[in-house]
Amino acid sequence: MSDIRVEQLDEFRWIIPPTGGMRVPGIIYADERMMKRVEKDESLNQVANVAHLPGIIRHSLAMPDIHWGYGFPIGGVAAFDAEEGIISPGGVGYDINCGVRLMVTNLQFGEIKNRVKDLIIALFRDIPAGVGSESSLKLSVDEEKRVLREGAGWAVNRGYGSSADLATTEDGGRMQAADPSCVSERAIERGRRQLGTLGSGNHFLEIEVVEEIFDRKVASTFGLMAEGQVAVAIHTGSRGFGYQVCDDYLARMVKRGGKPDFPLPDRQLACAYIASDEGKEYMAAMACAANYAWANRQMLMHRTKQTFEKTLQRSPREIGMRLVYDVCHNIAKIEEFPVDGRKKKVCVHRKGATRALPPQHPALPDVYREVGQPVLIPGDMGTGSYVLVGTEKAFEETFGSTCHGAGRVMSRGRAMKASRNRSIATEMAGRGIVVMAAGKKTLSEEMPEAYKNIEEVVNVVHRAGLSRKVARLRAVGCIKG
Amino acid sequence: MDKDKVQAAIPPYRIFDHTADLGVEIYGRNERELFCNAAFALFDIVTDVSLVHVTGEWEVFAEGGDLEELLVNFLREILYMCSGEGLLLKEFMISEMDNFHVKGTARGEPFIHGRHCMNIEIKAITYHRVEIRKASGTWVGRVIFDV
Repeated sequence: MSDIRVEQLDEFRWIIPPTGGMRVPGIIYADERMMKRVEKDESLNQVANVAHLPGIIRHSLAMPDIHWGYGFPIGGVAAFDAEEGIISPGGVGYDINCGVRLMVTNLQFGEIKNRVKDLIIALFRDIPAGVGSESSLKLSVDEEKRVLREGAGWAVNRGYGSSADLATTEDGGRMQAADPSCVSERAIERGRRQLGTLGSGNHFLEIEVVEEIFDRKVASTFGLMAEGQVAVAIHTGSRGFGYQVCDDYLARMVKRGGKPDFPLPDRQLACAYIASDEGKEYMAAMACAANYAWANRQMLMHRTKQTFEKTLQRSPREIGMRLVYDVCHNIAKIEEFPVDGRKKKVCVHRKGATRALPPQHPALPDVYREVGQPVLIPGDMGTGSYVLVGTEKAFEETFGSTCHGAGRVMSRGRAMKASRNRSIATEMAGRGIVVMAAGKKTLSEEMPEAYKNIEEVVNVVHRAGLSRKVARLRAVGCIKG
Repeated sequence: MDKDKVQAAIPPYRIFDHTADLGVEIYGRNERELFCNAAFALFDIVTDVSLVHVTGEWEVFAEGGDLEELLVNFLREILYMCSGEGLLLKEFMISEMDNFHVKGTARGEPFIHGRHCMNIEIKAITYHRVEIRKASGTWVGRVIFDV
């Protein structure tokens, strides 16, 4: 139980007034029921801990999918002054640029209803998934460094997809700050065999069907034309490469952390000033991992396209699989926001949170300029996903950020116990969802009850105005690691 | 040099609830046994250690600013041997140790597809609320693994 004092500000906002070394208040977006659950674990302490870090601007924020992480809470958002503030590897997480990519097709569910199982079997065969899954592609060190510098563009240049995909990928699928010389040999070695793999845990590739459209104008701009349309969602990140980058820099900063000029409430919050050499080097290495993740999702999308064509014996034109958008939800980025009436460069950490830019923002591709950024929110296994759109309010209140998913409520151990003597795959099949997983325990650990209800999470961000509902998709098939 | 071959304390470790990650509480009759049991816990969680044969021996070395940081850094090295070098290890021995350094050996074999299984991926060993204390003669460590 948390001993942090929280006050309700309005229907969906709760404030932690600054105490002790907190430099700013904490703000949590949640409804009353969620807040009761949040108070049971330590995530509120983590929101308060983040507020201790130098250069933090306005608030330490948490989205409604907040849960206990390490260092920063999952669902945490914090912006730091780009000149005087810090950057923290623990504020990004180990799976750097873990994210979601959504593709739509010209197919209607009726056309593939009897082929979902075939598609899932074929995808499971063609896409390496599972713990430490390895790619058929082994990169040379020089080639891997090109991936790290060029991101999704590297994949497009090697024939995985088209340049149009880059326009609808966050940051064009490439962070400019990337510098492979800031990456350890260990990270390089781990990255060589994992490009084009899904990984394990909560990562997945899902065949989905548009179930409900809330905003037809925005939905059609995103390519979501009608109920029954088939789509594919991919949720994965930078694999072992990203874990190693985070691990290397955290260890370095913890080691140096013996003599900080400010007290750290938790070692996992170890950080460096953004303007310091160490801060710049972490940013350059983190950007390499972000680029690796974008190249990874770009390759997986291309493989998915090919598998659909082969399995359904239809031409690429008939299938018409195209990218709606690709978002990252574990990242730190330098972005500009109005602060005290002036435009200011800040380093926004989103750890389990999604960027949600409003209409007319210059970082949006032309096709979405009028409506705002697509925000992709995956649910737990089998619930499908939500597509939301960014708002002005998120830009003003949360540094253009919103939730990222359902968020766990049950530990993996408790999920294993709760699923004992049950076949989760059969239960899912009973709900019309074909599931295949590489790991024996994955389905139990990832069973739907282990997660918060995605609908509750999305309703809070919708009603709080941090993003608006555009469409809901339901899952019909899923491969997991 | 004082060698300390480890016999398993009972129990060597237990898992405690952490919403998103995996908390591990480790026990030992001394610091060396605590470190060995922590390394064993890692492999006991990721694989079925009864299927792992001992065909080779590898050295492991870590440094830290205090005992807690040392435990995390030791486990980071052990985890890299698993996820970076593809080794499955089951027997551990510490040959030298103080509050800031640890040196030892780990025995096991490389992962073989078809023979070994991987239950779960440990992404990283976190420093979040790492703790080592001595309670009525037993050393107790708590570490959170990111899974």
